[in-house]
Formats: sequence, structure tokens, C-alpha cells
Amino acid sequence: MNSNVKAVLKRELYGYFHTPVAYVFIIIFLFLTGIFSFYLGAFYERGQADLEPFFRFHPWLYLFLIPAISMRLWSEERKTGTIELLMTLPISVTDAVLGKFLAAWCFTAIALALTFPMWITVNYLGDPDNTVILAGYLGSLLMAGGFLAIGSCISALSKSQVIAFVISVVICFLFILSGFPLVLDFFQGWAPQALVDVISSLSFLTHFDSINKGVIDLRDVVYYIVLIAFWLYANVVVIDSRKAN
Amino acid sequence: MTVNDKPPAIEVQGLDKRFGPIHAVRNVSFSVRHGEVLGFLGPNGAGKSTTMKMITGFLEPTDGTVLVNGHDVKTDPISVKSAIGYLPEGAPAYGEMTVLRFLEFVAEIRGYSGEEKQQRIDRVIELVHLDSVLEQTVETLSKGFKRRVGVAQALLHDPDVLIMDEPTDGLDPNQKHEVRSLIKEMAENKAIVISTHILEEVDAVCSRAIIIAAGQILFDGTPAELRAQSEKNDYDDAFRTITTRFYASQGEAGQS
Repeated sequence: MNSNVKAVLKRELYGYFHTPVAYVFIIIFLFLTGIFSFYLGAFYERGQADLEPFFRFHPWLYLFLIPAISMRLWSEERKTGTIELLMTLPISVTDAVLGKFLAAWCFTAIALALTFPMWITVNYLGDPDNTVILAGYLGSLLMAGGFLAIGSCISALSKSQVIAFVISVVICFLFILSGFPLVLDFFQGWAPQALVDVISSLSFLTHFDSINKGVIDLRDVVYYIVLIAFWLYANVVVIDSRKAN
Repeated sequence: MTVNDKPPAIEVQGLDKRFGPIHAVRNVSFSVRHGEVLGFLGPNGAGKSTTMKMITGFLEPTDGTVLVNGHDVKTDPISVKSAIGYLPEGAPAYGEMTVLRFLEFVAEIRGYSGEEKQQRIDRVIELVHLDSVLEQTVETLSKGFKRRVGVAQALLHDPDVLIMDEPTDGLDPNQKHEVRSLIKEMAENKAIVISTHILEEVDAVCSRAIIIAAGQILFDGTPAELRAQSEKNDYDDAFRTITTRFYASQGEAGQS
């Protein structure tokens, strides 16, 4: 990581923690993960010492919470005009995009790390397989990265944070559901089977589920890394194209 | 003049910019040498800011080239951006940051660290008198202080080429005077471009003036030459004479 990426990363993290965004996000995230795992996930009732009910709801929480983190990344810069300052400093677009994305990802990692009482609880109550839990955290973090990369790119498209939020939610929703009939039925009638298979393999859920079960398949990891790289590249292209108009 | 033996710091050649149907800048060419202070004058919406944004690499020209210290902004934007200190219109800065943190951020991107970073920051703080607001967040500052933070940020690396879009806009008379003296002090070994619509500023700081309207250069000369365009030997009158003459000829062209 070069010094420009680091400088942007530091600034963005500073931005999160010097506005209410960070605290609101972290509190709501912790609150909802708790509620979901204990009530919807039946954490106690199922009588198993693992964090499956905790991780199971992450995709759905991220669907709304991650776009709230990513929406400000570029929209705010464009709205306040600071993008002109940033883009006339000697920094490449790639470094700026990376710095911002990594800051948002670090921030999510902090929020995720703060769920450690869940891990303590399950270790106190039973004897869970901690490698499975670790895999769950890794999968959750990778998935958050995927959501964030989409959100960052979308936020570069609009001056309005609200629009960035709504469009990011919709796109993330499609990525979550792309393995489900809701999306696949739309293609099944006319598209070749190969395309349908590709679309169904893009689903966040299928790739998350196996990691969540403690199976770190290299293909799932690669899937998320490629997804992040693709959306960040698109992000750079969007910022670059703004120079022309 | 030894100064003029150096190659120009900024060389703009046939610069053109279209935003869809709007032709914002039309075939603009000029150069600025070290030791020169160029005043960019013109009515609102004339293309002053757009031209500056293209020189600093924020916008890509539709046509034409910009060289800064011999580096092409299109092929080597990082070298150009390293050489330039730029105060964008309205002096944007990150509102949630304190003045000190903001200057540190700019210093870090400019590649300074440790002792040198501190020295650079201390120097600009003294130069534009920011010491009383260092721990205040930018969003709580008055317009005048905000502008000064923008100036400080632009001067941090003691740039060779300084481009300031309306540096004195929104300042009170004392602050205006300070910024102008600062510009004059720095003028000796820098190439400076400022945009303004305050004509007295041309007299106060500029060694050359360009009048631009509807994206075209209408006048390029010394302040004395500009004044000579008016029968009353007055900047305001000269400005009006040149721009109305231009708009009248535009109108005729439109009718024929």
C-alpha cells in the first residue's frame, strides 16, 4: 500500500468517526445482529454451540447497512466540491478509489469485530468449533467487501447520497438473489443455459453459505476478490469519465 | 530580463471545451512565465473556471494541450498536479476535519512526512494566519477563514505554479489586502494565475490581464494597455468597452 492510499484511508476513517455515521451504524449493526440471531435465528433454542444463526442474517443486514456506509464515499465529495480538491492533488484515481474502499472496509471490519460478545457467549455456553466461526467472520468480511465495492462505484455516479443508497440496495439485492427463482426465472425462458448458470453462480448467498459452514473453498474467496476488483475498476472508470464532462 | 529566458511555466495551446451543446471554452491559447501574475477577467460564466480546471487536470479538454513546466497534463497528470498549487472556486475543504488535520492530509498526499511535514504546515499557518483556528473544524469557520485554509492548502508545497480561482472572494477589505500582498510577495519566482471580477485587483497585483467572454480571449496585455482601451483611462470602462464591443459583434453575426 503506497502512502497516498494510506493518506486517503486515514482521512476517510477520520471522516467516519467524526460524524455520527460511525456510531449510528455500529450501534444499529450490533443491535440488529443480536436481535436476529436470538429471535429469528433461535440461537438458544436450537441448542447448538455455533454462530450459524448469527451469520445467517448478515447478507440481509448488509443489504441495507452497507449502502449506508458506501453512499457517502464519492457522492459527498461531488456534492461539496471537495472532489475538485482531491483530484487536483498528485494522487492517481486508482489510489483514491482504493483508499476510500479500504477505509470503508476497515470500518466494517471494526463493526464486525465488535460483535465479539457473541463469540464469547457461544464459547461460554458450549464448545464450538472456533475455526468454523473464524471462517464465518472471514466470509462475512469478504461479502461486506463485495457490497462495499458495488456501493462505492454507484456512489461515484450520483451527487445525491439518497440515490446512491437506493440504487446500491437494488443492485446488491439482485446479487444476493441471483441464485434464486425470482431472478433466474426471468432469464430461464430465453437465455442459454450457460448464461443462466453464470448468473446463478454470481449469488452472494451460495458463496457465503459454504464459507459460513466452515468450508473455505478457494473458489468462494476468489469469487469475492474478483467481484471487488471488478467493481473497483468500474469505480475508477466512472471517476475518470467524469473528467470529460 | 533574465526571467523571460526560462521556458513558460504554463503553456496553453488551442484549448477547447464542450459540455454537450454548450461550447464553454473556444480555442484559448496563452502562456505564463515565472515572475508573472496573470489576472483572468471576465463576466460570470465566461469560462474562467473551466479553463483553470483544465489546466489543473480536473477536467479533460475536448481539444488542445496544456503544458505545465513542460509536462503534458493529459499524459503526465501527476507531475502537473505536483507542480501546481490550486485553490478551486469556493475553496472546498472537508468540513468535518479540523484545520490542522486537513492540512496534514494535504501534506501527506503531497508526499511529506515527519519533521518536514510539520515545518511545511507551520510555515503556511504563519503565512495566512491560521493559528487561532487550528483545532476548529472547517465547517464551523467563517467564509474568510475557509478561504484562507484553501490558500494555505495551495501554498503548502511552495509550488512553482499557483492557480487561484477568485482568491479574495468573500473576504473583508483587510483580508483582501493581505491576500494581495501575499500574492505580490510570491510573484517574483512563481507563475501565478488568479481569476477575479474585481478590476481593481488587476491594478493591485497583476502584471498581465486576459479578458475572456463566452469562452474566447478578447484581450491579452499589461494592465496599462488594458486601461488604454478606455478613453477615461479606467479599468471598469475598458472592461465594459471590450466586452460590449464583443457582444455587439456577436449580435450582428447572429443577425446576418
